[in-house]
Amino acid sequence: MSATELTLKLAGEAGQGVESSGAGFARALHRAGLHVFTWSDYMSRIRGGHNSFAIRVSTKGPVAAPTDRVHLLVAFDEASVDAHLSEMEPGGVFLLDEPLAKLAPKVESGGVQALIAPFTRVAEEAGGNKVMANTAALGMVAALIGVGLETIEQVIQENFGRRKGSGVAEANLKVAHAGYAFAKENWQGRFRWPLPPTRVDGRRAILINGNQALGLGALAAGCRFIAAYPMTPASSIYEWLTAQANRYGVVSKQAEDEIAAIAMAIGAGYAGVRAMTATSGGGFSLMVEALGLAGMAEVPVVVMLAQRPGPSTGMPTRTGQGDLLFSMHASHGEFPRIILAPGSQEECFEASVRAFNLAERYQCPVIVLTDGFLANSFKTSPEASFDITGVVIDRGEWLSAEELKSLEGPYARYKLTPSGISPRALVGLPGAVQMACSDEHTELGHFEDEDADNRIAQQSKRMRKLEAARAEMRPPERYGPEDAEMTLVGWGSSKGALYEAVDRLLAEGVSANALHFVDIYPFPQAAVQAIEAVRYMVVVEGNYTGQFARLLRAETGRKADEIITRDDGRPITPGYILSRLERVAVHAGREAV
Amino acid sequence: MLDAKLYNSPVRPTWCPGCGDYGILNAVKQALAELEIYPHEVVFVSGIGCGSKLPDYIHANGFTTLHGRALPVAQGIKLANPKLHVIAITGDGDGYGIGGNHFLHALRRNPNITHIVENNMVYGLTKGQTAPTSQRGFVSSTTPDGSIEKAVNPLALAIAGGATFVARGFSGNPKHLAKLIARAIRHEGYALVDVLQPCVIFNRINTYDWYRDRVYLLDDDPSYDPSNYDAAWQKAHEWGDRIPLGVIYEVKGEPSYEAQVPALKDGPIATQELRPMSPEQAESLLAQFR
Repeated sequence: MSATELTLKLAGEAGQGVESSGAGFARALHRAGLHVFTWSDYMSRIRGGHNSFAIRVSTKGPVAAPTDRVHLLVAFDEASVDAHLSEMEPGGVFLLDEPLAKLAPKVESGGVQALIAPFTRVAEEAGGNKVMANTAALGMVAALIGVGLETIEQVIQENFGRRKGSGVAEANLKVAHAGYAFAKENWQGRFRWPLPPTRVDGRRAILINGNQALGLGALAAGCRFIAAYPMTPASSIYEWLTAQANRYGVVSKQAEDEIAAIAMAIGAGYAGVRAMTATSGGGFSLMVEALGLAGMAEVPVVVMLAQRPGPSTGMPTRTGQGDLLFSMHASHGEFPRIILAPGSQEECFEASVRAFNLAERYQCPVIVLTDGFLANSFKTSPEASFDITGVVIDRGEWLSAEELKSLEGPYARYKLTPSGISPRALVGLPGAVQMACSDEHTELGHFEDEDADNRIAQQSKRMRKLEAARAEMRPPERYGPEDAEMTLVGWGSSKGALYEAVDRLLAEGVSANALHFVDIYPFPQAAVQAIEAVRYMVVVEGNYTGQFARLLRAETGRKADEIITRDDGRPITPGYILSRLERVAVHAGREAV
Repeated sequence: MLDAKLYNSPVRPTWCPGCGDYGILNAVKQALAELEIYPHEVVFVSGIGCGSKLPDYIHANGFTTLHGRALPVAQGIKLANPKLHVIAITGDGDGYGIGGNHFLHALRRNPNITHIVENNMVYGLTKGQTAPTSQRGFVSSTTPDGSIEKAVNPLALAIAGGATFVARGFSGNPKHLAKLIARAIRHEGYALVDVLQPCVIFNRINTYDWYRDRVYLLDDDPSYDPSNYDAAWQKAHEWGDRIPLGVIYEVKGEPSYEAQVPALKDGPIATQELRPMSPEQAESLLAQFR
């Protein structure tokens, strides 16, 4: 590993500020012109609750995947040693809070440098209190990895200056200085991967996580209604939008349960508002019946589904891709739906915007599938990928007030059309009196749950929309050479890991590329050819049974040659993929795990 | 006063002859005519059940949704466009059973919607099973030895839950019911109209005659004050030999939910034209993440 890149991790008990100091430090590094990628980890099974926040930082270019190796670890609790020692790069640094000094021999026996770091004492001696131990730690980390103290000063000002009064900010600044000075004085040269100085000249980049990017996309796309019920890891989509609600005219409603949440969104959608809900698997299970209502009544609604490992309550704070086929088949009967699975923070923004356009154009539910990893992972992303003012808002087919006046008969909400799309009319306009109906219905929306011919006509009308949508679904993105002996195929949040795995394979001389799917369902017509052209297909996904591989086989007839699954609640990393590639293991004489 | 024929739907009801729902349908049309609400200005949101077919039988906007889910859909519509009159129509199983959680939370939110419950104390469309409102001892295919549960008391539940308008009508007295519904629609906030509605096929206990022997009009008692919480609480529990009809409880001046939502201060979100954000807005949003 060169000095152009390193991974550092903050680890400690819940309540020790691991997440907030990690996020603050990541932002500081980002502002200093470094490329930052973060992921969070909550190990709820260890007593006391052990959390960690990892920051991968690079001076050379964007980073988009979690790594398995850590160069610098800041340990606030005893559990950190057992949890993270095995992840350490040989020769890496383990900063042990003073009370943990007794663990130093254990750390060093693992080939890792143990540095006793008196976070609390340094904080107190600098006039702060023990709550500021984290700030002292960040000062030390800055000194070790070679970034200037000014990098974190601004973030400290922002975090403490506004909310808690400037006295707290001043005290934290003093503590950060003291930590920095302590490290400079005592540990000169101990960290082997210090970063070279960076410059920020003209860089326009933001540090954003997946959930925020989804929220930003929704707002830019004109979403004006969100109803939701809190559920990890989706809550922060809802919370972020709620924080913007008053300023941007968004109605945000916390519902009594997920059934009410989606029902409210459907009500708002019926009334003509771009509406959404956000949840995870358990909440989505409750929404299932209403998803079918949106399909039958042809009401646009966007459901953001941040997956976590199930079944049932599963692993609430962890990640997984186990809801793919569930989201595809959720609810009884058959109706059009669209599923998008963005693979990065930038794609979260784009997929969010597209979801609202697709929902209105095809008058059906659109599901945006992410997961706990992408939801909480921050990445330095170019602002150009978040073209808020350039967003195209396509509301689909509507009849204007004038067109309604010139209708010969009553307005037919479910008019039979060649495309299957029946133009909408705004509820409340004089000529727009309309019935929406969960029973099978006539063109006018009246109950008709007996007549076979009417059923065929209306069901075919609805399902025709799916064919039109299929034609505009995007094929997978190819990464790496066009012609390769082996292709890694994945979807959703594993994109960064897939691409980095390809880089490493190519560097090893293995002929490999990757295909990454955002548009999952209806399965893109244009993807069939891409899959057929694959010579050796390795499907990579975060579930037990290889759901996407099954979908690919169903849609293209092509069976995966290998399936790499991960179902332990952890994100897929490049190292994980490489360690499990049987074919490459054979080539390189390595043993497959 | 509009002509009630304005609301005539081309669809003929599939209700049984003598069904109490006919009286409710007529009362609803009368109330709309009296209030001069045009078909395009109102949305009927129903669940599933015999009574939930009502939106199909009235010329107005309608949305027949899922069993139990009329209230959250209705609230979504009202939040999207508070200018629309929103009337939720549910049965008793629909509104107080499967939709019970939504009922509880609508009460405390006070959305400006009218909730008409066609309460026949039995599951009619599924052919005669016990409902949450069925009286103790009610014999049905699912309670052959008689129901051993207490019946839901919707009026007491509504008062305890924070409702600002709680009324009871009787489908056998559509004139009175029409006045009651009109008053409920005029009320600013959540208005429950629980309507005693005989199911002539499956409820052989709570019949028209059974009710006619017992019901009386609160309007006939000038001393009754529906703004008095304690009196209302008492009245909500009166059942058996005498059953009160009319406005049991009414709180005036309490703001509706929508009236307190900042995003609705500039008018309905449903009628706003959507445009991409301005460069200033985009800049302000991106600045959060720099």
